[in-house]
Amino acid sequence: MTLNKFFKSCDEAVADISDGATIMVGGFGSYGGLPINLIVALSRQGAKDLTVIANMGGVGFELSKRIKPGGYQDLGILFEKGQVKKFIGSVPALGGMPPDSPLEKMYNEGKVEIEVVPQGTLAERIRCGAGGLGGFYTPVGVGTVVAEGKEKKVIDGKEFILESPLTADFALIKAHKADNLGNLIYRRTARCFNPVMATAAATTIAEVDELVEVGQLDPEVVVTPHVYVHRIVEVKR
Amino acid sequence: MAEKTKLKGLSRELIALRVASELEDGTYVNLGIGIPTLISDWIEGRDIVLQSEIGMLKTGPLATGDDVDQDLINASCQPVTALEGTSYFDIAESFGMIRGQHIDVAVMGALQINDKGDYAGWSNPARGLFVGNIGGSMDLCAGAKKLYIAMEHTTRDGQYKVVKELSYPATALGMVSMLFTDLAVMEITPKGLLLHEVAPGISAEDVQSVTEPKLIISKDLQEMQF
Repeated sequence: MTLNKFFKSCDEAVADISDGATIMVGGFGSYGGLPINLIVALSRQGAKDLTVIANMGGVGFELSKRIKPGGYQDLGILFEKGQVKKFIGSVPALGGMPPDSPLEKMYNEGKVEIEVVPQGTLAERIRCGAGGLGGFYTPVGVGTVVAEGKEKKVIDGKEFILESPLTADFALIKAHKADNLGNLIYRRTARCFNPVMATAAATTIAEVDELVEVGQLDPEVVVTPHVYVHRIVEVKR
Repeated sequence: MAEKTKLKGLSRELIALRVASELEDGTYVNLGIGIPTLISDWIEGRDIVLQSEIGMLKTGPLATGDDVDQDLINASCQPVTALEGTSYFDIAESFGMIRGQHIDVAVMGALQINDKGDYAGWSNPARGLFVGNIGGSMDLCAGAKKLYIAMEHTTRDGQYKVVKELSYPATALGMVSMLFTDLAVMEITPKGLLLHEVAPGISAEDVQSVTEPKLIISKDLQEMQF
């Protein structure tokens, strides 16, 4: 497919995300692998009632100043702007020391629902959705709140619970390099949730450090094949 | 319990050192947030491979100065370094590695633990938190071949953390094999908590006084060696 996948700006790339959409956001923590320019563009775009699937809820600009002088944006901006009705992830809270993160504030005000998922289960639910499977049995969370309301099964004498797949309307991901087709490679631990989320959305939008010509990425090292990637925006570091 | 808070145990660094000496060469280890993270300072140069669930095997020491790179962090989001033989992989691969029992030991912090090897560490209702962070803790508990807990023996205000029954939401049931605190080293056995070692200057009676379940005292009870 040689369709033109390039978008000149993050704003254009996220323009058609509608109210009520389910969005996966790559990355791991508050920085490193986070498609931050796409996130900020989505906050400007203003879509509401979003379901956001991401590992961490973000710290928000104010609290980020404690981590880096001058502060920085992360996923917290979508909660600050009241754009999210549900968060699905493994690290929603900051650890209980006031002040709260934007997500915690919204949660405490009853404005957002949170589904806390073990990190590996989150990854596997996404992989399952991406790969056309109807769910999987895992030992993770047996005997805890995570198991509540889920089907249980004993396999070879060990207890498992049934987890369901996750998919999304859009995935916002961060990669290091893309070629003209949309083949992606990542950089160091910034890979994290990005490749699996890239495979699980109807429309995957990749923010990349650098665009290269087809043929310049070694086929042996391509992590995300271009069939999964629909839109690409280059944001130079 | 005011009197009990006077017990002078090990620093967090020394708890980490004691755990480090328990780890065997030739093993794959994952370190959780808190005291477990400090263990990495004590195993430099040893044949122990650290897996970081963000997607890195053979994680190097913490990065400083020009080596700091936001694209090279551990699962506690601290900047780290790469070593010869380091590999990177995505999160689904990382947790397949963990659930599939390829990691020998996971060391985690805890808010509460009981004498059956159940522990709670992801949600702290005492701090008024309505939600908590599971992160990778439940996956590591279910998947690592051995689960160690490293923590302070009591809360800051002297309340039990080694309890008969968990009052906080559980992270895993029956998975913990060893408990390392500022006061003692204990093994979780089918009969209960077996006290193997005490910190310098601490007696078995001292440890019992801040431990809710009844301890079984090892016949070979020793003072911790460093």
